[in-house]
Amino acid sequence: MKRKTVEGSVGIAEVVKNCEPKVIGAYPITPQTHIVEALASMAASGELDAHFINVESEHSAISVTEGACAVGVRTFTATSSQGLLLMHEVLFNASGMRLPLVMVVANRAVGAPLNIWNDHQDSVAQRDSGWIQLYCENNQEAIDTIIQAFKIAESVYIPVMVCIDGFYLTHTVEPLDIPEKKDISKFLPKFKPKMVLDPKKPISIGVYAFPQHYQDFRVDLQKDMLDSRKKIVEVDREFGKQFGRTYGGLVEKYKTRGAEYIFVGMSSVMGNAKEVVDELRQKGEKVGALRIRSFRPFPASEIKKTFEGKKAVAVFEKCISVGSEPPIFTEIQGLSSGVKKKPVLSSFVGGLGGRDVTTKDIKKVFDKIKDGKIHVEYV
Amino acid sequence: MEYFAPGHRACAGCGLAICTRMVLNTIGEDVIVVNSTGCLEIISTPYPESAFEVPYIHSLFENVAPVATGVKAGLKARGNDHTQVLCLAGDGATYDIGFGALSGMLERNDDVLYVCIDNEAYMNTGVQRSGATPRFAFTTTSQSGKVIHGKTEWKKPLVEIAASHQIPYSASASIAYPKDLEKKIKKAIGIRGARFIAVHTPCCTGWGFDGSLTIKLGKLAVKTGLWTLFEVEDGQFKLNYKPKKLAPAIEYLKTQRRFAHLTDAEVQEIQSRVTKKWQKYGVKS
Repeated sequence: MKRKTVEGSVGIAEVVKNCEPKVIGAYPITPQTHIVEALASMAASGELDAHFINVESEHSAISVTEGACAVGVRTFTATSSQGLLLMHEVLFNASGMRLPLVMVVANRAVGAPLNIWNDHQDSVAQRDSGWIQLYCENNQEAIDTIIQAFKIAESVYIPVMVCIDGFYLTHTVEPLDIPEKKDISKFLPKFKPKMVLDPKKPISIGVYAFPQHYQDFRVDLQKDMLDSRKKIVEVDREFGKQFGRTYGGLVEKYKTRGAEYIFVGMSSVMGNAKEVVDELRQKGEKVGALRIRSFRPFPASEIKKTFEGKKAVAVFEKCISVGSEPPIFTEIQGLSSGVKKKPVLSSFVGGLGGRDVTTKDIKKVFDKIKDGKIHVEYV
Repeated sequence: MEYFAPGHRACAGCGLAICTRMVLNTIGEDVIVVNSTGCLEIISTPYPESAFEVPYIHSLFENVAPVATGVKAGLKARGNDHTQVLCLAGDGATYDIGFGALSGMLERNDDVLYVCIDNEAYMNTGVQRSGATPRFAFTTTSQSGKVIHGKTEWKKPLVEIAASHQIPYSASASIAYPKDLEKKIKKAIGIRGARFIAVHTPCCTGWGFDGSLTIKLGKLAVKTGLWTLFEVEDGQFKLNYKPKKLAPAIEYLKTQRRFAHLTDAEVQEIQSRVTKKWQKYGVKS
């Protein structure tokens, strides 16, 4: 393990290199750009043994990885915001063909108005695309999750999106443990897919399915996606055994035991939430935090279990669903019907387009939900 | 060996099926086909069947070029430097929706043979105009009425655009000239880098003619000069079919329902354009 003080994007590029992808589709978009720049630098020096392909759009970046994956090689690409939206149709296509791609999404708001800063609208808008979505709290988790993502994707034949907060993580310089090639190769076996395009054994993929077959493909994907929960937990645990770091699998529970009030959220804002929990706990307040790490597949039973017997829950999210309640809140509300002692659920939306979410804001959220009323608010 | 099996669901007299069969049989078994969405995919791969006796992938409408780029890079990464990567894409996928992606692939000079099956409209969705549709042609989105008289724009000169990327080989061909097509495919597979061939493939359903006349119409397109057989190799232009005198455009136009509404003036406009174009080749009409 190498400990290096580097920018998040550079650390990510290093670990990607150490996972030994053979084909990389590259296209710039803020705040993801530093990742492909770092990979380009390694490609130029010969440090990266991969075909580094500069394309003319994100749509093509992900399409390049589809083609390479279909002939049986590990691939990588990264994007943000509008780039991810441009990839939208390819995302469905890749998961439909069961191509185990891995992509980093540096989460950023979507226009209009144009905004380059962080929120989760870009990837949450891709929730139905058939990709596993793992959200990371910090750069160390991002690095470790990329290694895990390859293993998960290549085991369940479902592509994985590793979501990290644009700027908050991509542009932060900090000391990071970057697992080395030799250690990664013990954890992550060589990519040997069940089926590949090979002139010696011709197959047709991405074909046309009539109504009598189409639904079966979709249901298979849905079942396998739900089943992948086990794999995500297993891979995280296994990773912990070898590298000494785990992230809770699908969710990370932070001081939820004995808590009466829970703050639920995703990604880097949960660092602040944990700090607030520590502070309030010292004052004797019964608070805890639940970090959703896997948004797809959705950790329904883990969330339900955590909620049982709690007084109130605040769902905080950096995205909206225009015309309805916020998307993560909606899903959590849907779950609460099976909870024995149902907590009062409140929705808080904030941090859109990079608006700062401070510990003070999170304290306010805890204060508000203590009144036992339902809150639907913007932070 | 036939690499495009019979029993697929193309219309009788389908030019696209003829083109696919000729191209695949010329290349042989060491190939991976990357196909864009369109008639070819629909007629050939209804699950759980496939007419392709070679590996085949269909992804989307506009990404055939980058998928092929990825396939080639993946093969190289696996130490395979011999398998041909062949794009089979319609004119909608090539002239229009996948144009930017195609240009990117040509700029990178990726080792891909791109064959555009040009039947001059979006046939799979029911005959809508594309950048490849000739001027005045009737399609369901360029209809003929009192105000508008078929397609208002000229056909995009795509082979010339491809050649402008300074790729090693670009050509136009026709299924009605199988020897010429075969020669071009053979030449293309012997060259490394990006290669682009647009193949004129008459569509009986979309153009409105009897399926027994597909080849005849393909020949007429070439003889009237409305489709030019040429190639650009290492920047050198070569005309592959140069008659002493062109047949009148009307001979071709009158055979198809898509041109049935043309006025004499419109026929004359087409004729003038083709005459002017062929003047530079020293051929009279």
